[in-house]
Amino acid sequence: MIKHFRRLFEKKKPVSMGVETAPLSPEQLQTVTVVCTECKPPQLLVGSAQSVGKQRDQNEDTLLALNAVISDGDTGLPFGIFIVADGMGGHQHGEIASGVAARSMAEYLIKKLYGPLYGANSEPQNDSLHEIMEKAVHEAQQIVTRKAPGGGTTLTAAIVIGEQVTLAHVGDTRAYFIYPDGRIQIMTQDHSLVRRLVELGQLTEEEAAVHPQRNVLYRAVGQVEPFQPDINTYLLPHPGYMMLCSDGLWGVVTQAEIFKIITSQPNPVLACHELIEAANNAGGPDNISALLVQYIN
Amino acid sequence: MGSVYRARDLHFPNVVKLVAVKEMINQAPDPLVRQTIVQNFEREANILVALAHPSIPKIFDYFTHDDRSYLVLEHVNGKDLEAVLNESQGFMPEEQVISWAVELCDVLEYLHGHKPEPIIFRDMKPSNVMVNVQNHIVLVDFGIAKIFKSGQKGTMIGTEGYSPPEQYRGDATPLADIYALGATLHHILSRKDPRLEAPFTFSERPIRQSNPAVSPDFETVINTALQYNPQDRFQSAAAMKEALLAVAKKTGALSKMSIQSAPMVSEQTIKPLWTFKCEDEIRGSAVYDNGIIYLGAYDNNLYAINATDGSFIWKYPTGGGIVSRPTIFDGVVYFGSEDSKLYALNSRTGKLIWDFGTGGPIRCSPRVAEGHIFVGSDDGYLHVINISTYQRAWQVDAGSIIRSSPFITNNLVYFGCDSGEVFCVDFRGQIKWRFKAKRAVTSSPLVDQGVVYFASLDSTFCAVDARSGWAIWRFRMGKGSVSSPCKADNLAFIGSADGNIYCIEVGNAKEIWRFRTEHQVSGSPIIYKDSVYCGSADGNLYCLEYRTGRLRWKFDTGGAITATPTIYNNIVYIGSVDHILYALIA
Repeated sequence: MIKHFRRLFEKKKPVSMGVETAPLSPEQLQTVTVVCTECKPPQLLVGSAQSVGKQRDQNEDTLLALNAVISDGDTGLPFGIFIVADGMGGHQHGEIASGVAARSMAEYLIKKLYGPLYGANSEPQNDSLHEIMEKAVHEAQQIVTRKAPGGGTTLTAAIVIGEQVTLAHVGDTRAYFIYPDGRIQIMTQDHSLVRRLVELGQLTEEEAAVHPQRNVLYRAVGQVEPFQPDINTYLLPHPGYMMLCSDGLWGVVTQAEIFKIITSQPNPVLACHELIEAANNAGGPDNISALLVQYIN
Repeated sequence: MGSVYRARDLHFPNVVKLVAVKEMINQAPDPLVRQTIVQNFEREANILVALAHPSIPKIFDYFTHDDRSYLVLEHVNGKDLEAVLNESQGFMPEEQVISWAVELCDVLEYLHGHKPEPIIFRDMKPSNVMVNVQNHIVLVDFGIAKIFKSGQKGTMIGTEGYSPPEQYRGDATPLADIYALGATLHHILSRKDPRLEAPFTFSERPIRQSNPAVSPDFETVINTALQYNPQDRFQSAAAMKEALLAVAKKTGALSKMSIQSAPMVSEQTIKPLWTFKCEDEIRGSAVYDNGIIYLGAYDNNLYAINATDGSFIWKYPTGGGIVSRPTIFDGVVYFGSEDSKLYALNSRTGKLIWDFGTGGPIRCSPRVAEGHIFVGSDDGYLHVINISTYQRAWQVDAGSIIRSSPFITNNLVYFGCDSGEVFCVDFRGQIKWRFKAKRAVTSSPLVDQGVVYFASLDSTFCAVDARSGWAIWRFRMGKGSVSSPCKADNLAFIGSADGNIYCIEVGNAKEIWRFRTEHQVSGSPIIYKDSVYCGSADGNLYCLEYRTGRLRWKFDTGGAITATPTIYNNIVYIGSVDHILYALIA
């Protein structure tokens, strides 16, 4: 599989010489990521991969990535919207829920952020990033309630503007920061009931693994009760990576392995592919989505 | 899942007898499951109909029609506690909540004492507790609707918020109701909705932190009800009721005494190491360099004072008041005066080296970077002066008064002005971006990890992306602020004219704590070791534990403090409007 993947990339090599559009060959990407000491304008290198897994028939995950850069001699500003959503409630439109949530969220963010930021008439902004993110999650909530009644979805969305990343998070999809020095940090908190019970010492890890409510989230897009998404702004690791993924990955592949795969692969696309392989090799019990972002400057 | 209708009983045509009709929809697809649901419903209705307690609505009838089942209940004329909470502004009085709590314990005691089996309410929460027009409690929604919730497979959504940990193992006991009652009381008193928080985090959100008016005893009772382990809670509703009644008795007698806890060190014990008296008010901040404190005053002088004993070294008279903080660089002290000039003095002798005139009073503190002095003026320009030639290198026209001191990092300069604009300019004077607050930005920006922090008179404390000028978040304060922020770990600190010193988590703009002073906080906080130091117009210099906002000590000067404290080598230097500079042990 991986060989096939590499071949796919390498085939493009003669074509992509001198052509400015992606995808670049791994070799080309490597020169960008490793040899360049300073990259102008600063930009994002993005990879993503998804698999239905080995035990489910249907994919209920959605991933969405939008990567842009502007450089006009004055400013060099990378911009990105990255979303991973894991739908739930199979017979109740789980796959619809994650799809419409991610799409409506991206649509809102493009309207509110991409336009004003990259447009010719950069208008004065009334809303802060956190307010925009909160409203975007609210939009997603509205549309899930309408289009997938009874269904729900987790949602981990990241907006990158320059070096800052703002995360909006609901549920148990996760965002990780991975630093080349070996640190790997979970930047989101799972809104999982059983996780919370384990933290409190009310359940052991063994009990949690078989708990009938192990998949119950106490917060999800589409729920009836009012909720607030977690919204946080961080400095994007550079050098380093940000990964968004569904529980189909983090539930079966250890952090050490995730770290090893990401840092040993030449670029984010191959790294995501390997991550999905690793989850499938571990049984692939659930849908798997991974999105990897590397900030290059 | 269903609706509740207000209906009129037409068996009594001559009077208006209102009843509540609760409708539940049977959504189970499997006929056998549907039948079981209806049977369970009827069994529960039969239990409920036999109950007699003033806090339990009477059941008149029940019936099932097609896929819907109906329960006809006594109509309660009143509002549920969730509505009461939503419609009210401030906190509920403690006496009121205690009296409701006692009634709730009473009805739980009745239900738990039911024979042969205790009845567990299972779903105590504000929306299930009605307060009738006589201000008495009525419990509604006896878990009966739960029968109609179909089981789901796979990942599900469920926010309970009020249920104890063991209920998720399937253990519903009288002690689970006690926990949920504790959670309900916690919500009512703290006004913090547990459905919006991570589950089982009540202990991380002490009631008295958000509502200090609640007595510690009442808080203790609620905390006992909210213990994770059932055996640590009250072992019966009756025991909890006893504890509540004891609190009611005690606070009735002690209500006048339950005020904020006393500071750890009383202010009387703090004696300044030395004081130095100027001839007029001190509104500006001091700077320490090489054993000397440099400080400007409204008496137009810049003073050099021995930092060890407070003895006078020299002073330099200008033509106007000095309200900013001097800057020392390479043996030269730079400062602006309200006489519109920027001065450069020999820091050892106090002799003038050069001065530079601007078109308006200078109330901005100068900064030095890359061989240049950056200073804003009331003339609306940011002036950049070459240190070696004393000539202006370039200037930026901000269009309005600049009192905010520039922050310089990564070859970029950030400053605010009275029009509410915050500028980011490069070293050629090119504007990279501008951010517009609704009112003046006198606060001096702080740039850290790619984020610019500052406050505005429009009552917001803002975080703005240093690269793009995009607002990341806005934190709303009670009033505007001229205070400049400082930062430690992931916390930012700022004062406000609403009298508070705020501590905000920088990633998500959540308020960690606020400390209330008696007057406006125009000065700026600073961090030294594990404390935050900040003066207030109430005359006090406060020393607070920076993680909790707990008062360590305060020192009362004779006048308002508008300056930022200077701390060096464990000594705090702070000037006051009472004309005196104080040196205190940090």
